[in-house]
Amino acid sequence: MTTGSSGAITPVVGPGVDVETVRTDFPVLHQMVNGKPLVYLDNASTSQKPQAVIDTLVQYYTMDNSNVHRGVHTLSQRATDHYEEARAKVRRFINAEADEEIIYVRGTTEGINLVAQTFGRQNVGEGDEIIVTAMEHHSNIVPWQILCQERGAHLKVIPITDSGELVMEEYERLLGPRTKLVSIVHQSNALGTVNPAKQITDMAHGLGVPVLVDGAQSAPHMTVDVQDLGCDFFVFSGHKLYGPTGIGVLYGRADLLNAMPPYQGGGEMIKSVTFEKTIYNDLPHKFEAGTPDIAGAIGLGTAIDYISNLGMSNIYNYERELLEYGTQRLSAIEGLQIIGTAREKAGVLSFVMEGIHPHDIGTILDTEGIAVRTGHHCAQPVMDRYEIPATARASLALYNTREEIDALVKGIDRTIEVFGRGL
Amino acid sequence: MSDLSELYQEILLEHNSKPRNFYKLEEADRSADGFNPLCGDKIALYLKLDGDIISEVGFQGSGCAISRASASMLTQSVKGQSVERAEEIFGAFHRMLTEPGEEPDYDALEDLESLAGVAEFPTRIKCAILAWHTLKAALEGTQESATTE
Repeated sequence: MTTGSSGAITPVVGPGVDVETVRTDFPVLHQMVNGKPLVYLDNASTSQKPQAVIDTLVQYYTMDNSNVHRGVHTLSQRATDHYEEARAKVRRFINAEADEEIIYVRGTTEGINLVAQTFGRQNVGEGDEIIVTAMEHHSNIVPWQILCQERGAHLKVIPITDSGELVMEEYERLLGPRTKLVSIVHQSNALGTVNPAKQITDMAHGLGVPVLVDGAQSAPHMTVDVQDLGCDFFVFSGHKLYGPTGIGVLYGRADLLNAMPPYQGGGEMIKSVTFEKTIYNDLPHKFEAGTPDIAGAIGLGTAIDYISNLGMSNIYNYERELLEYGTQRLSAIEGLQIIGTAREKAGVLSFVMEGIHPHDIGTILDTEGIAVRTGHHCAQPVMDRYEIPATARASLALYNTREEIDALVKGIDRTIEVFGRGL
Repeated sequence: MSDLSELYQEILLEHNSKPRNFYKLEEADRSADGFNPLCGDKIALYLKLDGDIISEVGFQGSGCAISRASASMLTQSVKGQSVERAEEIFGAFHRMLTEPGEEPDYDALEDLESLAGVAEFPTRIKCAILAWHTLKAALEGTQESATTE
């Protein structure tokens, strides 16, 4: 992919992504943890940030800091321009039709809560139904439970197979005249399953039912085209996409967003206010009450530039190969079982080991400098489905390498060795 | 960070693989459930009291090696002890984990001293202490499940 300064071709590790060059862009990766080089495999929790994103935040606070859409002065104009340019970057990134369909939120969780509290309260009544899947993150369960409780509505769950795939016949059966919304995870954080979002959307639209797609895990790993998916809402978080924490995106179809009541009241979301009557602002500002995370939004724009320059399909292919390699290496370990073996899968290696609890695996790996997540991954129903209390999860990003997978395998061998003494 | 063998001492691993008193007491006078919401460790603790003496103790549940070994050692150390002594042992155990600079009370701790290494792993202290909070809940007869939060 790249030609070094000497003119020699730099070996490319994986198709399309020169991982060694990529790694130099992420300062946090170059440190020792517990005396070992850091192996960061907790990317489904949050990803690391490239220098360009960090520089953007520093630049913003050093030179441009000001409130947006308020001042006539130069700094305010500059901040507003950068903030809105970032919105346009988000629109292009997910191929939405218009900038006004991009609402800045704190993250995926807030995006889903926004839809539940506005669209949901407006459209869901007693006896109505909302469909989710059995592999949802708590953030795509609890907001709907709160709504259902308030409205006397019911949450319906599409079951999954042992490999972690949706049972589509059951979905077809659940869809009905009482269904008011389908809200599904695009890529499971606990299993890695990539769900057929387009097919799910088509089926719901057949009955005129809108669909929300939770893209927290999918957006960092694959090309997302909301018009191609056909979904009505799409939500994702900046911090899992190499951007800052505290910023995320809700995409919604303009006609739906226009029909929805506001989420929070305050400044920015209004056109005029008197004590008798308030006229709400146009999209997207109607849903952005108060001073937003301006620096975060601009930083997210830089993160999108960064991954767009690498190319989402290159990233997808590179990570896919890495996942296949990791799957092979981990599967070869005796007593280790991978949880989540769907045919369409990305980014996640969730596993359990015979006789060794995931927390002990996590602690021992940490002493080897390897960061993995252990626990229920905010998806307790998934754990219940597999009758396990927790898993250890290695989750991948574009800067991970085969050597890091090898280090993980070595760390697991060490875990077995430590526990072997007590057996 | 200290060496792993400090944390996963053989005695701890042995309690993990062969926990003592790992059963439900059908005729328990007191029982309590413990739950660590962060990591999903669950424990049920059962007690039989003979006046002021803990005459029988059993536990069940699932959790990491540290929580399981800690529960197993708990049952050994409080069985046959008075309620007051059990509370003293808990105090000594708690101090060992949270004030590692202090000299531990070896008389009270016995095998439990092998969990001293946990103090070096702050994220795991809750695992070690779960069973003890559950014991306290059982002794106090509280109905709500004990948590480490």
